[in-house]
Amino acid sequence: MIYNIPYIAAGLIIIIGIVTMTLKRDLIKIVMGLCLVESGVNLFLVATGYIDGGIAPIFTNAGPGRMVLPTVQAMTLTNIVIGIATTAMLLSFVMIIYKKYKTSDVTEVGRLKG
Amino acid sequence: MIFEWIVQNSPALLLAVPMLGAFAVPLMGRIGEKARDGWVLLVSIATLIIAGILTNEVLTSGTVVYTFGAANPALSVPADSGGIPFRIIFAVDAMSVFMAISASVVGFAVFLYSIVSSARMSGKDSFFALILLMQVGILGMVCTGDLFNFFVFLEINSLAGAALVASRVDKGVAVEAGLKYAVLSTLGGLLVLFAVGLLYGQYDALNIAAIADVMQFGMPEKVALVLFVAALAMKSGAVPMHFWTPDAYSMAPSAVTAFLVIASQASLYGLFRIVFTLYNVTLDYAAMGWIIIILGVLSMFIGVTMAIPQKDIKRLMSYHAVSQTGYMLLGVGVGLAVLGDENMMRAFGMTAMEGGIFHIINHAMYKGLLFLTAGAIFYQAGTRNLNKLGGLGHSMKWTMLFFIIGALAIAGIPPFNGFASKLLIYESVFIFSPVLSVIAMVVSILTLASFVKVFHSVFMGPRLPEYENVTEVPKAMLYAMGILAFFVILFGVFPQQVIDILISPAAMALADQGSYISAVLGGN
Repeated sequence: MIYNIPYIAAGLIIIIGIVTMTLKRDLIKIVMGLCLVESGVNLFLVATGYIDGGIAPIFTNAGPGRMVLPTVQAMTLTNIVIGIATTAMLLSFVMIIYKKYKTSDVTEVGRLKG
Repeated sequence: MIFEWIVQNSPALLLAVPMLGAFAVPLMGRIGEKARDGWVLLVSIATLIIAGILTNEVLTSGTVVYTFGAANPALSVPADSGGIPFRIIFAVDAMSVFMAISASVVGFAVFLYSIVSSARMSGKDSFFALILLMQVGILGMVCTGDLFNFFVFLEINSLAGAALVASRVDKGVAVEAGLKYAVLSTLGGLLVLFAVGLLYGQYDALNIAAIADVMQFGMPEKVALVLFVAALAMKSGAVPMHFWTPDAYSMAPSAVTAFLVIASQASLYGLFRIVFTLYNVTLDYAAMGWIIIILGVLSMFIGVTMAIPQKDIKRLMSYHAVSQTGYMLLGVGVGLAVLGDENMMRAFGMTAMEGGIFHIINHAMYKGLLFLTAGAIFYQAGTRNLNKLGGLGHSMKWTMLFFIIGALAIAGIPPFNGFASKLLIYESVFIFSPVLSVIAMVVSILTLASFVKVFHSVFMGPRLPEYENVTEVPKAMLYAMGILAFFVILFGVFPQQVIDILISPAAMALADQGSYISAVLGGN
């Protein structure tokens, strides 16, 4: 059970993120929800890579014990970098929308219909 | 010597050339407009040539496996790795090159077109760099044999696509469409990543072939499958999750829209790759097949019924894109539904899959053509509203001709390519379930009706005073449309040859999971 806590936490964060995205009306908060989903996924990835008693895969002066294959850690780093790019772009979109429409409320923003 | 080197490294070059090209575009922009335009065209021709070389290689000597960072690209499983292919591997089979070649052909037409059509825009350096990056994303998605790598290219594709959709700010409306597209694709991408994480936790591998080899259909795999299908169906614009499509397609510059169609199809490819190569018969293929068929039928019908009342020409075409995606899902879904049954597979399953896959390339060609003609109309008349347009047939004869070719192709009228693939779908789906086939035909008729309306309101009628000065679009745009129209007619007149050379191997590659696995893992 105790080993499952990171997974449960990751799942909860993802769900909170998706709920935020669907229920909140402010564009910034929607982007924040998306960031929460991303953090949840990152946490999940890191949690899958945890091995009890494993050591970091650095060969110089390595101590005894099983080395961890750092694939998920690399995946998480990649996703963090991608996430920064995405968030930056999304926020700049929100900025332009706010400048043009003078609002960032989705109910007032929606001009594309039909 | 140099040619051999290119052939040997073609999967890597296919990505390296447009990527390096993309980042060099701003440098070339410093030298001058002409230099940059020439550079962009050069890069896209080079990509097309490499795609052609790779296609030839794959079709003559089977799946090409390219391992990044290995001493020998063919060495996918190092001797000391314990049988796990841990390097990033590109596994390029007939289905991959099929997608790569259609992306490169449409890509070339799009660059030729946008060099002229974006002439009045600012920030062209980043515009071209982004289109090239989007091409990298698409080509990477279709060539990679690694799930995480697939996610990375999916994100490159989505980011570049969203930025391009928003590129013509248009009082903020285009940015709104771009935001919608970006939020949904990012969410989809994260779902894909979560699914990849689930599979990694289960099998300690990211390579598609390595996972497929040991696949057990347990609970985590089911969750992963649901996430993959939901995310990729959304990215490909199938119906319950189609709402971003008309916004993004209609607000993007037309050349970009033609390319977004390809981007959606790359996601469709991802969906097929996951279902056929990763899971194949381990999953409940009949149920999964029916889910895809239902997605397809819904997309076809809802897409076309939403298209009919549209006033904006590009919005109308976008809904038709949703509807045509339905045909591909229907064809391939029928193939999946009978995957385990050899007799039914031989009787009609294979034909249905060929029809669905053939429709992918046909759709890329005629839809690209239609969006480019819509762009030409917007370029000259300055509006996309069907109620305001009229009488353009007098002054834009070539555009009208290309529009007719595209419209007849999308409606499935011989001798254009839409007919060839739709006929395959009708025939084979009719044996499977006559009702589905009838729905597909009705949708085709509605498509024709809708395009007759567009044709009438844009090109027919007397010359309107506000379009007195409208002339034909510049030559480069006509050539770009001509290239696509040429393929529309070519594939329509010689469908059997195209099927034999390109489509059949692609369908076989999808259906035959074993050959994919043995190509990557070396026959064990």
